[in-house]
Amino acid sequence: MVANDNQSFEALTLALGGEIFAIDANCVHEILDMIPQTDVPGAEPFVGSLINVRGKVVPLSDLRIKFGMELTPPTIDTRIVVVEIPLGGESTVVGLLADKVYEVTTIGGASIEETPDIGMRWRPDFIKGIGKRGSDFIVIPDIVRIFTAD
Amino acid sequence: MTPRSDPAQAFREEAQELLASLEAALLSLEEQPDDRDLLDTAFRALHTIKGSGAMFGFQAAAGFTHHLETAFDRVRKGELAPNSSLISVALAAQDHIRALIETPDQADMAEGERLLARVADLTGGDDARAAGAASAPAPATPGQEKPKETTWRSRFKLAPDALERGSNPLLLLDELRSLGSATVTALTGGLPPIEELNPLHCYLTWDVVLTTAQPRDAIEDVFIFVLDDTDLRIEQVKPDQERIGEILVDRGDIEPDTLEKVAAAQHKLGELLVEGGAVSEERVRSALAEQKHVRQEGEAGKAAGSIRVPAERLDDLMDQVGELVIAHARLKQLIAGSTDLQIKSVTEEIERLSNGLRDTAMGIRMVPIGTLFSRFRRLVRDLSQEQAKDIVLTMAGEETELDKTMIERLNDPLVHIIRNSLDHGLERSEERVAAGKSPQGTVHLSARHAGTQVLISIKDDGRGLDRDRIRAKAEEQGLIQPGARLSEPELFQLIFQPGFSTAKAVTSLSGRGVGMDVVKRTIDSLRGTIDITSSPGAGTEITLGLPLTLAIIDGLLVRVGQGRFVIPLSAVEECVELTAEEDARHKGRNFLNIRGQLVPFIRLREVFGSRLPADPYQKVVIISTGDRRVGLVVDQVLGDHQTVIKSMSKLHADVENFSGATILGDGSVALILDVSHLVAFGQTLDQERNAS
Repeated sequence: MVANDNQSFEALTLALGGEIFAIDANCVHEILDMIPQTDVPGAEPFVGSLINVRGKVVPLSDLRIKFGMELTPPTIDTRIVVVEIPLGGESTVVGLLADKVYEVTTIGGASIEETPDIGMRWRPDFIKGIGKRGSDFIVIPDIVRIFTAD
Repeated sequence: MTPRSDPAQAFREEAQELLASLEAALLSLEEQPDDRDLLDTAFRALHTIKGSGAMFGFQAAAGFTHHLETAFDRVRKGELAPNSSLISVALAAQDHIRALIETPDQADMAEGERLLARVADLTGGDDARAAGAASAPAPATPGQEKPKETTWRSRFKLAPDALERGSNPLLLLDELRSLGSATVTALTGGLPPIEELNPLHCYLTWDVVLTTAQPRDAIEDVFIFVLDDTDLRIEQVKPDQERIGEILVDRGDIEPDTLEKVAAAQHKLGELLVEGGAVSEERVRSALAEQKHVRQEGEAGKAAGSIRVPAERLDDLMDQVGELVIAHARLKQLIAGSTDLQIKSVTEEIERLSNGLRDTAMGIRMVPIGTLFSRFRRLVRDLSQEQAKDIVLTMAGEETELDKTMIERLNDPLVHIIRNSLDHGLERSEERVAAGKSPQGTVHLSARHAGTQVLISIKDDGRGLDRDRIRAKAEEQGLIQPGARLSEPELFQLIFQPGFSTAKAVTSLSGRGVGMDVVKRTIDSLRGTIDITSSPGAGTEITLGLPLTLAIIDGLLVRVGQGRFVIPLSAVEECVELTAEEDARHKGRNFLNIRGQLVPFIRLREVFGSRLPADPYQKVVIISTGDRRVGLVVDQVLGDHQTVIKSMSKLHADVENFSGATILGDGSVALILDVSHLVAFGQTLDQERNAS
């Protein structure tokens, strides 16, 4: 879903557990304020609830669980980013929790670096690359991989 | 109902799809010769083309395909490599099959011979030489004629003490309705003023206008137990009689002279008769109901034509109805606190309309299963001739309605089951007589509704499944450990394994071991179940349990902890309170005594891991599928809810307790409980109890 490595792309930047993440803006449907969630007993905590997005039942995912981040309670800045991603050959709409949503920006291809093998707290296959903007690092997650990996 | 479409055309359409999937599989196979799934797909397509082709009279295509199938069977067994020369012959053969099916008259028979020779060269076999002889497609079976219907008018008044003696007029009315299309009008004129009313007396008289194919006796039979003291009159309604006055005269409610006098005034006749005191108002109303009924029946007869509508439009309609139901639920919740009667009555009106719309929209998709069953007559006839067996096909429950897509997808599994039954199950006449059975074998197809399911059973009176042979074969194929202990149902389920066949010889019918796994796959994909019962020498019964595909269901909304859940109302038998003492036996047995029967119950709080303390007065909702029951302990029963089923995404495919989700009136999401899964779970509790 993110364009090939080392290519520029339009991205939505958001805050997640103190880091800045960038998601390909093309797959983002909409950004919602917090809405009531319904827990699904027995589901993986990472996709533990459902939300109603304009009459569609959509799973809500907390990426922080996959990245082993601290689960802080929602704040006034918390948003739900609704994205559409291909899962097992089927296009699926999923809501992603974000601590805060910043902006849509262009991430230059030249500033994207390969994921370093060491010095990473996270599973390397969940990350497509690390971008840089000014002095900030921007994590480019592999959303499809995160949802399909065991 | 749609008129029966040409079955040969249905096969052509099906063959189109199968040939397309065959072609795709062949092309992929060329690139990935080791892909077992592709090989199976190609083989299944060939198998089904052969089977369905023979069934619909495409003998040439079926015969030709048989040889190709034999070749691919050897590939499947690893005796032959799917090399590119085989694939190219197969692709050419696939084109030939298409020609044989679409334009059987113009198909080049010599080309077929050449192809078969090439197949034979490649396989090294000589069995592919004899090409199937061409035979003209047989004419379609003629449609059944609709039985002639008559309209009857019956008026009955039960004896005043009938209720005290246990008669229930509602049951009588229901029984009348079951005979055909009925319009019921109650005449309340006999009611005394309320202070004189004896609630145990029956004061009412009923007029029932019934259009049915049943004879008059059938109507009289309804009243057989109350006939002695019931004032009953049954008359035939003349079909052309439409005018209200004529109906009243015919019923003996007014005299013809009165009618003529009033008719001279040329006003609304019924009103005038009432004003003139010639007849009571309610009798006119009843006659009006009859008039409407007769008109409707007449129109139904005239406008019995149908139109073809693309399935997507029906799906769109269903989606929109779903949205309407949800919107209505929101509206209902919004005005729940309001005291404005006008708004309330409008909301109720909308509720009535949307319920009606929902039922109609769903009804459009429903087709009687008889349209599917009748396709198998020919199959059974041809196959029994081919095998020199004397077999008759009987059917019951053809009127049972199922969603159209469901019916289409049931075709293949049923073909396979019936073929298996004919090939393996039923014996030749001599054998049957020797076993002390009637020389003629029977295959019985039946369908019926049971709770939330439609049960389709295929039953034969053949030799039954051979337990020892299934076990030996399964051990040989490494499906089970030698000497493994299996219950009978577990053993029978083995026949659905891909490649499993106990037949000693491969016939044109079956024995290759494809087929039954197709059955299993299709039924699984329809969220259905398969049950097999078999007794040696007496026959086999395979029962398919299928959910009624319902995009919208009536549900019971319950609360467990903080979560709200929907239980399909059709599965709910009753709600009882969990008494303190039952609850106290927490660690002991989880069984309720429901009128002398022990019913296992599941505490949903524990299953769902709810952390909130339980409500002091918990309820138990008793649900059932078929004859198995289980209780679900919930904190609160909230009420009924029109439930629009939304399927859950792949991310929740592993969550077993829920079959889907829905949106409640306040916009939040509620989960729909998977009844059959929970009942099965409850049954394991039951087995543990029996084991201990």
